[in-house]
Formats: sequence, structure tokens, C-alpha cells
Amino acid sequence: MEKVRYERPIIQKMNTGLMNKFGTRTEFEPVTHIESVSVKSLISDYGSPLFVISEKQIRRNFQNATRIFKTRYPKVQFAWSYKTNYMNAVCQIFHQEGSWAEVVSGFEYEKALGNGVAGNKIIFNGPIKTDSELVKAAQNGSLIHIDHYDELYSLIRLSEEFDIKPRVAIRVNMDTGIYPKWDRFGFNFENGQAWNAITRIINSEKLELVGLHCHIGTFMLSPQAYTIAAKCLCELAWSVKEKFNKTIQYLDLGGGFPSTNTLKGAYLPGSDTVPSIDQFADAITDVILGFGFKQEDLPLLVLETGRALIDDAGFLLGTVLATKRLSDGRRATILDFGINSLFTSFWYEHKVSPAQAFGDYTEEMVLYGPLCMNIDVIRESVTMPPLEKGNHLVVHKVGAYNMTQWMQFITLRPNVVLIDNENNTHVIRKAESLEYLESLEFVPEHLK
Amino acid sequence: MKLRKNIATSEEGFIFNPTTGDSFSTNPIGADILTLLKEEKSFPAIIKAICVKYEVNEIQFEKDLDDFVSQLKDFSILDLEKDTPK
Repeated sequence: MEKVRYERPIIQKMNTGLMNKFGTRTEFEPVTHIESVSVKSLISDYGSPLFVISEKQIRRNFQNATRIFKTRYPKVQFAWSYKTNYMNAVCQIFHQEGSWAEVVSGFEYEKALGNGVAGNKIIFNGPIKTDSELVKAAQNGSLIHIDHYDELYSLIRLSEEFDIKPRVAIRVNMDTGIYPKWDRFGFNFENGQAWNAITRIINSEKLELVGLHCHIGTFMLSPQAYTIAAKCLCELAWSVKEKFNKTIQYLDLGGGFPSTNTLKGAYLPGSDTVPSIDQFADAITDVILGFGFKQEDLPLLVLETGRALIDDAGFLLGTVLATKRLSDGRRATILDFGINSLFTSFWYEHKVSPAQAFGDYTEEMVLYGPLCMNIDVIRESVTMPPLEKGNHLVVHKVGAYNMTQWMQFITLRPNVVLIDNENNTHVIRKAESLEYLESLEFVPEHLK
Repeated sequence: MKLRKNIATSEEGFIFNPTTGDSFSTNPIGADILTLLKEEKSFPAIIKAICVKYEVNEIQFEKDLDDFVSQLKDFSILDLEKDTPK
């Protein structure tokens, strides 16, 4: 007699009450393949846990966003936000698609150069830029976005010392109705600081003001905020033309478009609530096109979109280490990846799918990571089929910020694999080893 | 170990406790275990019967059965009198 497929016995109390009209379907559809590659073979070939990136999805996302903006506005340029995911293979996909590089540190700047990005196609943002980095960026013709007065005066001094004329923009912060206001970055629009900085730059004659930049926040859920930001930048550009007869070449609206991940505490899933890129494109391009610039003076629109272009191209595969029952009766499932690898689990209720078929029965459970730390919780409460030791899971939309903010803490960082357009797999970052980590350490003689 | 006398169960895995008014649902293997408990089968007998029917080894099932039984106790579905030392 053929045996029946085993599933752990479960029992659930049935609660009566009003139906939740917003109730969403329980996510237990198994995800057995990423693109056309089986999860099982990926884990057996490259180990568990494992980050997987789909090249096809990155290209789809980029081409979609480009089409959306270019069908609305004639001059659009994306610059890949390195901090979102700066693995070279990932950056190269964006550069192949036509992206410039947007970096926020000297280390990222060097990475962009190493990836073959021309100096004049690198945007250097952020509050940390050393003198030598500023000089190098200026000599390469990179676009230096000034964050504060100290940087502005450093640049003026360096331009005299090194006889260079840096191409600069200022970062502008403004009240877009979003809380918290990101006024720690750049110069404020409302109190006149931004205009003063512009005046100082132009009067110095040492710097070439080529653009205006803002980055109003992250995971922005309101396209309206971009309308306000675009208006402020247009006003400044208009004033520069009027007062100094100088044309601002580009407006950089920064990043901040959300992915469809679900933020912690959100009532509805991100896929139902997050505005589309079309809505953000409308909010921005309507303002610039309607502001009254002459056709030949229309500024290039630069976008530093990161998260929305890569989040859904990244997956984290993992394995169940154990299951247990907590004192309050809840089921606990312990996975082989934790918050050290999946940093974004601090912000998101990540969608997690089983990677093998199950029956129709589900139970509520907590998903814990493997760390010997109480905070290592991937999902506080999720409904999943009865998982067993050795089962595989797929975490979705992990492409942004995990492979840059992950921590080497308690366990080593795992392999990262790219599935290319032909469904071939490539290791793009090797799993760390003890030897690699200890190669940076030194033990003084008296401690040996 | 056996089910409380007044617990109603169905083959589909529906369970009703008239004492508390609580209803429960269980999966097919859970329903099989409840049937065996109703028949007052011993633990080893339940393990044997389930391992014959399902693709599972005894060690894994014993662990899962322990967990299942502890939930049945929590939900007041099992008659604990026989287990309680006098």
C-alpha cells in the first residue's frame, strides 16, 4: 500500500467573529523555482542560506521605470544608488542598461570607477567626502552634490589650491509634508539657506553650479511630496536663470520610491497600498513641464531610484532548523538565517513562502533566526503550513539594502548567486570564511 | 490517555467541546490520531498505526505527537484523570 504524504498533526481553535473585509489570502503557495531554477538545486549547489538575484527582473524593472519616465519627459537619466546594493555584478547590470552611478562615500566612488563608470557620470552625494576625495571627484569631472557649508567652503579652498573648477550641485531640503523631514541633509529651501548657498557658489566663480538635488525621504508613499519637491527645485532653477542668467542643467529628484514590501505596522500589504512608479512620474514631470521653462532650457531629470528597481529581484533562500512550541502555545520555527543576513526584517513584514508543496492546513507561527539573541525575529506572526526541520523557505523582495547592511554577527555571510537571462547561475559574492575574516586581525606577540 | 467522553469529533477533523463551547479543526493526520485516542489506543500503538499509514519515521512522529498531545491537553480535549497521580 502506498503511504500517505506526511504532514505534522495540527489543531487550531476556531474563533468566531466578524470577517475582516480587508482579509488577504494566506501566503502558502509554494515557490519551488526562482526564474526557472529550482530552489532545491540552488540550495544543494550553493548552500543555505543563500541570496539569489534575478538579472531578468532587474532589467525588467529598469526598462519599465525608464519607459514610464521617458514617455512623460524628454530628458531622463537614472543613476544607480550604490548603497542600495553595490555588488559589482548588480551595478554592472544597471550600468549596461544606461544608469550612471550615485555614490555616498569615497569607497563607493572607487567602486563606481572600478566598474568602469566615467567620472562625469558619477554623482557624489552624502555628508562624508574627504578633501582628497573631493579633489579626485572634481578632477574626474564628477557631479559633487554639496551637503553643508563646510563642504562648500572646502571646495572653494580646494579649487584654488588645485586649480580645478568642480562641477557641483547643492542638496536642498524642504517641507514636503512628510514626517520626519530630512532636514539634516543639504540646505533648507524655506529659510533661504539654499538660495544663499547658490549665491555663494556662483559668486565664488570657483565652482560650476550645474544642478540642484533633493532626496526627500525613503519608502515614500505620497507622490504629492515629489510634486512639492519638484516645485521647490524648479523655483530655484528659475531664480538662478533670472538673477544670474545661468541655466541649471539638471534637477536630481533623488530616490525614495518604495518597493511593494509591507512596512511593519501597516494594515494592508504593500502590494495593495504602494503608489505605482507612474504616479511618481506624473507628480514630478507635470511640475517641471508646466513650470514654464523654454524647451531648450528644460533641465535633465535625474533619478536615484534604488529600492524600487531591485527589491523584488532579490530572494533569500533558507532552511528550517527546528520547530518548537512557546509557553503561550504559539508555534515557533527556527530558520538558518536571521536579522544579521536579513537586515530589512527590522522594517518589513517580509513575504515568506514555503519551497515545497504542503496540504491545505496552516498554522500561525513566529519565525526566528538562528542567533542566540532575543531580537532575532524574522516574522512576529505569520500563517504557514506545518513546517518541519529541513524544509526550505523563500523570502521575497530582499534585493535592496540587505547585501549592503548585512552584519557579520555570530554567523558568516552566505553566498550570493545571480541567475542570468539564460537561467545560468553565477556566484557573485562568495560565502565568507573564518580565514577571510581573520585575515584582517592581528594578535600582539605577548598574547600569542 | 483518552479523549473526554463528551468531545464530539468528525472524520473531517472538526472537534467540538460542549463543556467549553469551543470548536477546533485539525488536519487529516490529526483526525486519525483523535480516532485512535477515542479507541483508547496506547502511545506506541498510535505511533505504529500512523507510521504504517504515513511516510514518516517513528522518531519524527513521536516528537510531533508529543507536541500535538500537549495542545490537546491545553485545549481540555484530553481526559487527564487517568494520568493524574492519586
